[in-house]
Amino acid sequence: MTTTDPSATAPPQIRGKRRVGDVVFANTARGSGILILAILAGVAAFLIIQSSDALSANTANFFTTESWEANTRENPAFGVAALAFGTVLAAAIALVIATPIAIGIALFIVYYAPRRIAAVLGYLVDLLAAIPSVVYGLWGIGYLVFELQGFYDGLTTYLGWIPLFAGPVSTTGRTMLSAGIVLAVMILPIITAMSRDVFKQVPQGHREAALAMGATRWEMIRMAVLPFGRPGVIGGAMLGLGRALGETMAVAMILSPSLVISPFLLQSGNQTIAAHIALQYPEATGYGVSALIAAGLVLFAITLVVNMGARFVVARRKEFS
Amino acid sequence: MTTTTRPQSTGSAGDGPQAQRSMRGRSLPRAAAPAVLAGSAIAASGALLAVGSFHLVSAGLITAVLYALVIGIASAAVENPRKAKDRLVTAVVYICFGAAMLPLLSLLTTVVLEGLKRLDGYFLTVSMNGVTPSMDAGGVYHAIVGTIAITGLAALISIPIGIFTAIYLVEYGRGRLAKAITFFVDVMTGIPSIVAGLFVVALWMMLFGPGQTNGAAGAISLSVLMIPVVVRSSEEMLRLVPQELREASYALGVPKWLTIVKVVLPTAVAGLTTGIMLALARVIGETAPLVLTAGSSAVAINWNLFNGQMMSLPVFIYSQVRMGGAVNMERAWAAALTLIAIVMLLFLAARLISRLFAPKLGR
Repeated sequence: MTTTDPSATAPPQIRGKRRVGDVVFANTARGSGILILAILAGVAAFLIIQSSDALSANTANFFTTESWEANTRENPAFGVAALAFGTVLAAAIALVIATPIAIGIALFIVYYAPRRIAAVLGYLVDLLAAIPSVVYGLWGIGYLVFELQGFYDGLTTYLGWIPLFAGPVSTTGRTMLSAGIVLAVMILPIITAMSRDVFKQVPQGHREAALAMGATRWEMIRMAVLPFGRPGVIGGAMLGLGRALGETMAVAMILSPSLVISPFLLQSGNQTIAAHIALQYPEATGYGVSALIAAGLVLFAITLVVNMGARFVVARRKEFS
Repeated sequence: MTTTTRPQSTGSAGDGPQAQRSMRGRSLPRAAAPAVLAGSAIAASGALLAVGSFHLVSAGLITAVLYALVIGIASAAVENPRKAKDRLVTAVVYICFGAAMLPLLSLLTTVVLEGLKRLDGYFLTVSMNGVTPSMDAGGVYHAIVGTIAITGLAALISIPIGIFTAIYLVEYGRGRLAKAITFFVDVMTGIPSIVAGLFVVALWMMLFGPGQTNGAAGAISLSVLMIPVVVRSSEEMLRLVPQELREASYALGVPKWLTIVKVVLPTAVAGLTTGIMLALARVIGETAPLVLTAGSSAVAINWNLFNGQMMSLPVFIYSQVRMGGAVNMERAWAAALTLIAIVMLLFLAARLISRLFAPKLGR
C-alpha cells in the first residue's frame, strides 16, 4: 500500500497543473466535432423550415402527384411521385450494371492480376472516381449517346418484346438507359474499392485450405472469398447506390426529361430529383424554390437511410472479423 | 492438386517429371490461351469487316466473348468441367477489368482530342464578358478565377474544422460524442452535392432574403462536402503516428497540446497534405451546389466572394452544354480539359507528396 499511495495522489497533482493551452486546444477540437454535428442538423433543419412554406400551400398530394406546377403564388400543385420513381430507376440501372463488374474488377486486382502491376491497376480504377461528374455529363451527351445508338437499335430489335426495351428508340439517345450507364461508370470505383478491401482481408488460412483440397482458383473464390466478402460487397453497393441516387449533373445533362412515370428505358422521359432541382432552380419563381427544397428534403432522407444502412452493414462486418 | 493451377497462374516454366504429369490429367497446351485469343480477335474483326461496321470497341467485345466461349468449350473437351469453369471465370474477370478501362480511356481521349481544338493561351486568359453565346470568341479566365476563389475559401473553412475534428477523434475522443461524430461524418460523406447546395440556399434565404447568389455561398456549400473527406483522411493519418512518439514527449514533460502541435502534426504532415489535396480535387469539380449558390450566368471576372454571381469551371462547362451550339460544345470540351488537367495535377501532387515526405515509420 505504501507504494500505491504516492501514485494515487500523483494523478490529481498532474491534473491540478492544467495549462491554459491544453484547455483551449481540447475545447477547440471538441468544438469542431460538435460543429460538424451542428452542420448536419442544420442541413436537415433549414431544409425542413424552408420547404414547409410550399408544402403547406400545396394543393396536391406531395407524394402521389407527378406534375410540378410550383412556380406560382396561387394554388401550387406539385409532387415527387415521378421524380422519386425516376431517381430510383436510374440508380437501380446503375447498380445492376456496376455491381457484377465491380466484383469482377476487385477479384481481378486482388487474385488475378500479376502482383507487381496490381497496385497500378487499382490506381487506374480509382482514377475513374477523380473525374468530375460534369465531365462525365459532357462525355455522355457529347460522345457516348451517339456511340450507343447502334447498340440501342440492336437491343430493341432483339429484346424489344421485354417492355423495358420497347421501341421506338429515342433518336437523340438522351434516355434513362444512357444516364444509367454513365451513373454505373461513376459508382464503379466506389463498389470496387469496398469489395477490394474485404477480398484482401479474407484469411489466408481459408484460401489455402480450399486450394489444399484441390479446388481450382474459381472454386477457392466461390467457397472462401465470396462468402467472407459478401457484407463488404453489399455495403459497397449500398454506398454506390447512395451516390447514384444523389448524382445530379450527369443526369441533368444527358436525360431529356419529362415528368411522367415511364418504364421504357430506350425512350426519352422520366427525371430524377437531383437533376430536376438543378434544371428548375434558375427558373423558379413563386413557391418554386421552396418546393424544390422540399424535393431536396426527400432526396436527403432517401440517401440518409441508404447510407446509414450501408455503414451499418459494413460496421457489423468489422465487429466479427 | 495445387500444382495443377500453378503453371497457368504464375506462368513459371518447367515440365514436371513423367509421374507428376500423369497425375495431372490431360491439360491444354500452354500456347492454347494466346492462340485462342488471337484467333478470336481475327475472327471478330474479320466478321465485322465483312458486315462493314468495324468499330474497335465492338471488335474487342466480340473477341472477348468469343475467347471465353472457345476456351471454355476446349477446356471442357480436353480437361474437365471444373477446369473449364475456372478458365471461363478467369476470362470473365479479365473482361470486367477491361470493361472498366474502356470508359476511362474513351473519356480521357475524347476530352483531350476535343479539348485541344480550342484550348490555347487566348482561351485561358479572356473572360466571356461581352461575348454572345454563339460568337467565336471568349474564354474561361473568369471561371478559373471563380474556381480558385471559391475552392480557396472552402478550403480555408474546411481544413481547420476537419483537422481539429480529426485531432479530437484521435487524441481526445472517448465515449459517445466521438462515436456519434465518427458515424455522422461517415453519413455526411454521402450527402448528395445538390442537397448541400439547397442547404446554403435555405440558409441564405433566412439570412439575406431570397435570390442572393455569391461566391461565399458556393464556398460554404462546398465545405459541407469537403469537411467529412478531410476528417476521414486526417483521422487515418493521425492514427498512423506511433504511440511511442507521444509517450516520449509526455515523458519529457511536454503538455498534451504542444505534443500534438510539435510532434504529432509534423509527423503526419505529409499524409495530411495528401488528404487535403485529394479532398480539394474532389470538390473542385462539384457543379450542382455552385449552380444553386454562386449562379450560372456570370460572364465577367469577379474576385469578390461576397458580391455578385461567380462563374467556376464546372458550372461553365454545364452552362455551355445547356446552350447547345457547336461553339458552346467546343468551349465546354476545352474547359473540361482544363478542369481535368487541374484535378490530375492535384492528384499527382498528392501522390508525390505522400511518397516523398512520408515519415519513416519503423525501420
